[in-house]
Amino acid sequence: MKGYNFAYLDEQTKRMLRRALLKAVAIPGHQIPFGAREMPLPYGWGTGGIQVTACVIGRDDTLKVIDQGADDTTNAVSIRRFFAKTAGVATTTRTVDATVIQTRHRIPETPLTEAQIIVYQVPQPEPLYKLEPSRAETRRMHALAEYGAMHVKLYEQVARYGQIAISYDYPVMVNGRHLMAPSPIPAFDNPKMHRMKALQLFGAGREKRIYAVPPYTDVVSLDFEDYPFRAGRAPHACALCGDTASYLDEVVTDDRGGRMFVCSDTDHCATRRERVA
Amino acid sequence: MSGPLLSARALALRFGPITALDGVGADLWPGEVLAVVGESGSGKTTLLNVLAGRLRPDAGHVWYREPDGHVADVHAMPPPVLRRLHRSDWGFVQQDPRAALRMDVSAGGNVGERLMAAGARHYGHIREEAARWLEEVEIDVARMDDRPGTFSGGMLQRLQIARTLVTRPCLVFMDEPTGGLDVSVQARLLDLIRTLVRRLGIAVVLVTHDLAVARLMAGRIMVMQRGRVVEDGLADQVLDDPRHPYTQLLVSSVLAA
Amino acid sequence: MTLAISVRGLGKGFTLHLQGGVRLDVLRGVSFDVHAGECVAIAGPSGAGKTSLLRSLYGTYRADAGVILVRHEAAVVDLATADPRTILAIRARTLGYVSQFLRVVPRVPALAIVAEATDMGGAGLERAAEARARELLLRLAIPESLHGLAPATFSGGEQQRVNLARGFAGAHPILLIDEPTSALDAANRATVVAMIREAKAAGRAIVGIFHDETVRDAVADRVHEVRPLREAA
Repeated sequence: MKGYNFAYLDEQTKRMLRRALLKAVAIPGHQIPFGAREMPLPYGWGTGGIQVTACVIGRDDTLKVIDQGADDTTNAVSIRRFFAKTAGVATTTRTVDATVIQTRHRIPETPLTEAQIIVYQVPQPEPLYKLEPSRAETRRMHALAEYGAMHVKLYEQVARYGQIAISYDYPVMVNGRHLMAPSPIPAFDNPKMHRMKALQLFGAGREKRIYAVPPYTDVVSLDFEDYPFRAGRAPHACALCGDTASYLDEVVTDDRGGRMFVCSDTDHCATRRERVA
Repeated sequence: MSGPLLSARALALRFGPITALDGVGADLWPGEVLAVVGESGSGKTTLLNVLAGRLRPDAGHVWYREPDGHVADVHAMPPPVLRRLHRSDWGFVQQDPRAALRMDVSAGGNVGERLMAAGARHYGHIREEAARWLEEVEIDVARMDDRPGTFSGGMLQRLQIARTLVTRPCLVFMDEPTGGLDVSVQARLLDLIRTLVRRLGIAVVLVTHDLAVARLMAGRIMVMQRGRVVEDGLADQVLDDPRHPYTQLLVSSVLAA
Repeated sequence: MTLAISVRGLGKGFTLHLQGGVRLDVLRGVSFDVHAGECVAIAGPSGAGKTSLLRSLYGTYRADAGVILVRHEAAVVDLATADPRTILAIRARTLGYVSQFLRVVPRVPALAIVAEATDMGGAGLERAAEARARELLLRLAIPESLHGLAPATFSGGEQQRVNLARGFAGAHPILLIDEPTSALDAANRATVVAMIREAKAAGRAIVGIFHDETVRDAVADRVHEVRPLREAA
């Protein structure tokens, strides 16, 4: 696009971002501060993810953007168009065709490969945020790997609900060292992060933090020995493709209590239906 | 065990023009309760914080004898080591339990935190231990899942005691643990602390301005005035045969110590 | 006979800083010996320093002059110059003190107060300690119904008997006793006399202040007189 650099950000900003990314990859799960720029969309709409995508995407890449698993929601469509316009890159809705996937709230059902990068949009990068109000103190807690407080939160869950009832942004230990917020993906997706073949990058624009999980890194969900982590999903089959293993969205179909469960990953659902057809 | 658990020598600390500590030394032996008394501003809380490694002195040293007999300079310890000590073998009981407790976490979670910080990962075991400690401090186990916000002042302080003692520390620092409580509530708390401390053989540095508390709890008393120790000795010696003018003033100001 | 306590040249005074630094001498040049199995009564007019002497022997009043040699286990220790930890060890194992009044600890029941003083620590011995405490309390006519109660609400005589039970509960080779029978009736006085005699027979050394001359005559082997210093001066 005329008047703008490739992928919107100027090269100096991208270099700054890449330096932060290199650090992030070197220390899996550790939050690296970066100078987040003003982007042409509001905070909370994926400014962190867009900046990360902008600094890793090249002319030959194919971009897929999903929001809650869907390619056709406003946020996903806008971001996909943004890069089509500012970088002129190819875009796709098919997980297998994409080389860079920017996501909000989901990991695709199709296992990712070493040739892919997944970029998560992160509203709150600090997993200890609600337990410890002081940023200086949470940094110290990370530095010293003092994560007892996080287990207090899990303890409270079991005490109150009889189980760990955290359904999204379920805290994980990365590489056996850093406690990390996986972004608001459902706990169902947590196991997909463990030893994932693709590079996982996380960008929090408002909080100005970047972090990463390199390929094949251990990502373990916190739990108790007697209350082990369980990835929950609605106990239904997808109303469209019949999948009984994918993560489902509940869709209200009328105003008389009618509802259906469908795959949250639209590409996954469509691919299955094509195969059947 | 040979030698004191905690030793301090020639501690000095100034806050601008104010002398908070001036040549203060102290020895604390395993299982011993040492009361530090004096009026507000005498430097007793500053001393407590310096002994506990929470405040660095301008001069002087504090040594701690670790369970394996190795003697470590508290102020030369790397921060992670000191923090670990504070979560396991040491404890700190503050005057205001609200500042020490997690008010948005249940009583059981508050007691279990130090266990979890020490690596406990079995919910059932953590809960059993928390229940045991709530009983120890006379909090109804039925209140285990309640948040401390609904507790009375005395209960809050007892909860802080349980939360501190759950890892069975050998050394606990207490800063006016009964300050701000009703007299009747104070008596119950003091008796509870006294019983637990004796039974578990915990060494305590107790800061208090209340000589009656010092007499009830402590084997030894140090009297501080303007950052100096003006008198120290066995509790009955200091209270029944006070020698320094300031100690005599303190003792004579009390209705019945 | 084994020497239990030997006092030589003991002096004690108080400087009252709040009253213009007035110096108040209460003991000067006090010397006496107490052997094992012996009871020495401290006598003298009111204000002569009897209680001060007893408190000095216990280390509560820090002596200004002289020595207080105490046989503590295999050693002889000068209590007047001993460090606080040594004094605590001596009090724990050698030197018992029965004060005139019970200093009531809130909420602690009578039985626990006495059991604690038996010095039978350790697991499994709590029952033995409680049994010994119960026996002593019953002997001093504290009925079982009161054993589980804190003595704060007891009468003066009952408190004194709890205090006596506590004092006799341990196995201290030396006992200092201050006015043990001031609030007791004849029957309880007789019990206390019997208990002191048994202690003597068991080889314990006793230093006591006995206002009641019948009690004193019944238990004391010797009397050590103290005189008011201001009169003497």
